[in-house]
Amino acid sequence: MSHHSIDVINLGFAYPDGTNALSDVSFHVGHGESVAIVGANGAGKSTLLMHLIGILSPTRGDVRIGDVPVTRDTLADIRKAVGMVFQDPDDQLFMPTVAEDVAFGPTNLGLPVADVEARVTDALTRVEALHLADRPPYRLSGGEKRAVAIATVLAMHPNLLVMDEPSSNLDPRARRRLIDLLATFEHTKIIATHDLDMAADLCERTIVISNGMVAADGPTADIFADDALLAASQLERPLAMQSCPVCAARPASSLPRSPLR
Amino acid sequence: MASIESGLYDLGRLDQFARLDTPVHRLDPRAKVITTLVFLVCVVSFGKYDLLALLPFTLFPVVMASEGEIPLGYLGSRLLAAAPFAVVIGMFNPLLDQIPIAQVGGITITAGWISFVSILIRFLLTTAAALILIGTTGMNNVCLSLERLGAPDVFSTQLLFLYRYIFVLGDEAACMVRARALRSFGKRGMGLAVFGQILGHLLLRTYARASRIYNAMLCRGFDGTIRTTRRLRFTRTDTAFVVVWSALFVLFRFYNVPLVVGGLVTGLLG
Repeated sequence: MSHHSIDVINLGFAYPDGTNALSDVSFHVGHGESVAIVGANGAGKSTLLMHLIGILSPTRGDVRIGDVPVTRDTLADIRKAVGMVFQDPDDQLFMPTVAEDVAFGPTNLGLPVADVEARVTDALTRVEALHLADRPPYRLSGGEKRAVAIATVLAMHPNLLVMDEPSSNLDPRARRRLIDLLATFEHTKIIATHDLDMAADLCERTIVISNGMVAADGPTADIFADDALLAASQLERPLAMQSCPVCAARPASSLPRSPLR
Repeated sequence: MASIESGLYDLGRLDQFARLDTPVHRLDPRAKVITTLVFLVCVVSFGKYDLLALLPFTLFPVVMASEGEIPLGYLGSRLLAAAPFAVVIGMFNPLLDQIPIAQVGGITITAGWISFVSILIRFLLTTAAALILIGTTGMNNVCLSLERLGAPDVFSTQLLFLYRYIFVLGDEAACMVRARALRSFGKRGMGLAVFGQILGHLLLRTYARASRIYNAMLCRGFDGTIRTTRRLRFTRTDTAFVVVWSALFVLFRFYNVPLVVGGLVTGLLG
């Protein structure tokens, strides 16, 4: 039984107060794919992610992880297969120390203590945070918190990684390290983000959500080159795909020589 | 408001003491929790007018603080900060209870003054013991040992989360208070009405965060009990620690040691 793919079929969701958040969203994500979910604030990205892990249940339509539908009865299976990294690491790191937080998931899976410890060490090593193991989470920097939050999910050995704004609030260096780290993961990845440059670096495919609907779904390079589509979805090209305003304003001869070359 | 931040800073400092490595820190947290409980029960169970018999109990906080390397200055400042509560509780005793019970020089000492001082001493002893317990053990280990000692899950989990999120909540509160101060010039905007709204807003934020945390826990297989992997070892040293101190406390409780010693000395001299 494979848990590596996601099928979202005609998904519709309205919040109890009647706000329509998603209507008729459908897509398929295959094994090993990296998909960026982009869209304006309030477009429905987070609501969509909440359905992938069964925190919200669809008003209409279906979500399937592998061949298992996300329902109340399959939640335990689904949550073993899907690792969710939340937007605010403070929500995710609730245990007294980093090591205990990373151990939380594996312990709940009922693993023996030795296995739990091995998984904790392994997960923290992968995000280069083993030295933080005994620290309380509130004493970590933003970048460290994010790395540890990812380790808490890795320790569960999920088949799929779902991330909500993983690069938000990081300094440029920490952001780059995060991108390099995520690039090493072979999991099927779904990344909801406003950081289109990161999306361009990590995801070969992008789904644009606009007003609770799929506005576009295709290769990242094509989507980010479609200015009309981006404007309609309140987005703009990633900086790396924009022409440099400094260079454009000066004659070529007066350009400073890049120190990188 | 500086006081929120400095409060958090003080709390954080107490937590840092807990990461020292001294003989007191190396004791099993359960041993310290049990001993401190016995201490508290003994101190609190004294009668209203007992004063002299309380004095030997100072031994415990003094020994623990010096062996556990908790700076007396820090301890003193924390005690002073909490002292007004005890003073308010006891301050009417000297006024209401004016039965004279002793004469020192020309001054009559009333029962009210004795009970007032007794309340203060008990406050100092119990608060110091609690601070030292946390400073040598860490809040998280205190929670863990309460759980292992059979306290209800709900209780230790609540305490654990309270401690984990008090820093986050404090930061949020400090931000909101600062944001208000920046846009209220002088007294306007600093009134109680706005303060109420800030509190309400903070409550809503707390509620939203609590549900996000709960979701994060569910995603990692939470089923109602928090299991910790930390292992505790109760050694002979721990047993000795509990037994010796508890025996001392019971001795201090049932024999008025200063009185007995005083009697012996005057007996010898006479």
